[in-house]
Amino acid sequence: MRVIPGSVKLAFRALRRNVLRSALTTLGIVIGVGAVIAMVEIGQGSKRAVAESIQSLGANNLLVMPGQAASGGVSFGGGTSPTLTPDDADAIEREVSSAVAVAPVVRARTQVVAGNKNWVPLYIYGTSTEFMTVRDWPVAEGRAFSAQEVSGSAGVCLIGNTVARELFGNEPAVGQLIRVNTAPMRVVGVLAKKGANTFGADQDDIVLAPWRTIKFKVSGQSAQTGNQSAAAAQPGQPAPASSSARFPSQQPSPYPLQSASQMVNYPAPPPPTFVDQILVKVDSEADVPTAMRQITALLYERHRIRAGQPDDFNIRDTAELSQAAVATSQLMSGLLLAVALISLVVGGVGIMNIMLVSVTERTREIGLRMAVGARPGDILRQFLIEAVLLCLVGGAMGVLAGWLGSWAVRAFLHWRTEPSLPAVLAAVGVSAFVGVAFGFYPAWKASRLDPIDALRFE
Amino acid sequence: MELIHLQDVQKTYHLGDLDVPVLKGVSLSVRRGELVALMGASGSGKSTLMNILGCLDRPTSGRYWLDGVEVSRLSPEDRAAVRGRQIGFVFQNFNLLPRTSALDNVLMPLSYARPRVADAAGRDRARRLLDLVGLGDRLDHHPSQLSGGQQQRVAIARSLVNDPSVLLADEPTGNLDSKTSAEILQMFRRLNADEGLTVILVTHDAGVAATARRVIHIRDGLIAAGAVGETVGAAR
Repeated sequence: MRVIPGSVKLAFRALRRNVLRSALTTLGIVIGVGAVIAMVEIGQGSKRAVAESIQSLGANNLLVMPGQAASGGVSFGGGTSPTLTPDDADAIEREVSSAVAVAPVVRARTQVVAGNKNWVPLYIYGTSTEFMTVRDWPVAEGRAFSAQEVSGSAGVCLIGNTVARELFGNEPAVGQLIRVNTAPMRVVGVLAKKGANTFGADQDDIVLAPWRTIKFKVSGQSAQTGNQSAAAAQPGQPAPASSSARFPSQQPSPYPLQSASQMVNYPAPPPPTFVDQILVKVDSEADVPTAMRQITALLYERHRIRAGQPDDFNIRDTAELSQAAVATSQLMSGLLLAVALISLVVGGVGIMNIMLVSVTERTREIGLRMAVGARPGDILRQFLIEAVLLCLVGGAMGVLAGWLGSWAVRAFLHWRTEPSLPAVLAAVGVSAFVGVAFGFYPAWKASRLDPIDALRFE
Repeated sequence: MELIHLQDVQKTYHLGDLDVPVLKGVSLSVRRGELVALMGASGSGKSTLMNILGCLDRPTSGRYWLDGVEVSRLSPEDRAAVRGRQIGFVFQNFNLLPRTSALDNVLMPLSYARPRVADAAGRDRARRLLDLVGLGDRLDHHPSQLSGGQQQRVAIARSLVNDPSVLLADEPTGNLDSKTSAEILQMFRRLNADEGLTVILVTHDAGVAATARRVIHIRDGLIAAGAVGETVGAAR
């Protein structure tokens, strides 16, 4: 038991006899280990940052988009053909077991006015209350709109942080009235700050309202809203479809108006309303493929698509994106690790050089030690312990240097870093290994010396 | 009783195809408690004989008993153990560890001692030996802070720390002025007389050899005179 502490003390004394040389020797290891720690911490941090950014985009989310429209062989691209209806969303929620939350989305882009300020938000989304669940997006102030408000196309909205700042500055936004295009809406809540997404778009630049409100009052794509003020006055009662309401003109209507009894007797079938996309949150990433299959089957059935016909929708999963992103960042941290390991090896070669020089320099000492009874094994052990000690001290200093480096990167470059215990353990283990591996040859050389020659060495 | 007994020891170095005989059949014996000088000109085989006596080297042929054990056929490992247990070395150039205190220099051989010596006991012993050589007030001095004579006295203390049965001093005064040399030689005499230590002084200097009661002359690899200490034995 006493063998190890004694030899370690001996090695310490030997190293302390030439502090500068020992310090220079360890420098290689300090840099190597420091590089490993800093690289791994930065790599881990960016990996996590990517993963979280993907999550805020909506991990485990499926995006159902309408298919493409084409005319005379000219495609208009994905999402141009209106095929998805809110009923599709309801059906998915009802029939796909792993779908936790489903939110239809209607998009608009228009001006928002409050008092004497105006702003054009990046996103104006008409959706359901489930949107917040799907996107993992809590409300910071006020409340979310209710299911009743969604079905009643109420004039309420949630605004993102950026919109609140642009329209109200430091004033409280909740309870204020804003006008989206022509539709007045009461701000019932402000969404939590989410920041930019992976592609740099400001996610807080958003207005969320019940989808009917956006669909019928703001974008006015559907003919269901007769006169906007009338619809606002009696929410929940869709006015009869009429093209004259959609395109008001001074001309008399070319079609005969229905009488009240005609309307009761022959209720017009509600014309289909289309949504721009349907967001589906799946229970877990493992369920994504199943959910995709189920949604595809369901929509085939609902849209009456026979085998061989082209799909009129497509489903995208962000898991694919997140997998790609994680794979990229893993590749990156692997690359960084390789660079760091190379620097460790270089540091190890440096240690070997200095240890060889040290053996030559201390030939007489080795001879003396052998003369007073040191066995070759003792000499071998002493030099090995010295090398390992150098590496371990260098490793410890390297860990500190690495932490300092990753702190500096965090503080000055604002990169994300994450402490990694395995990296510390690995670095210390590798530095001990480097000590043994590169210290062995010089130590072996020292132990093979002939004491007579060593004592006579000048 | 004979502490050291060499019987027809030969040592031949092989330089390529050439055989160089250095010791051509040396027989000698040294009793416990003797102070012997081993004297010879350079090239006489004196150093080779000292290396064999010190168990640093093994003879090509012939036998060597140290304290009743035949050490001429031991492996390097075992010879190291014998050196650590039985032999103290004092060198011409002191061979102290630089930047290391006198006390630690004296303690150094103990780190290879089997069985191990407890730290405190070792320190006590080293202090006592430094006292014995008159350096009790210089325990913490580094070799660079000591004069040549003081360094050699530290080296003597170091050679004694393992309580060896024989002290081999290789030209111990070669690097010292005459006054300091006399002091060091006086110390060997005192150690021999007071502690009963067996001392072998290896030298080419007749003045140094005169310190000893018996002088073994070696010439051209053969003992020229003083191989056996009958005269001393008879005198006693």
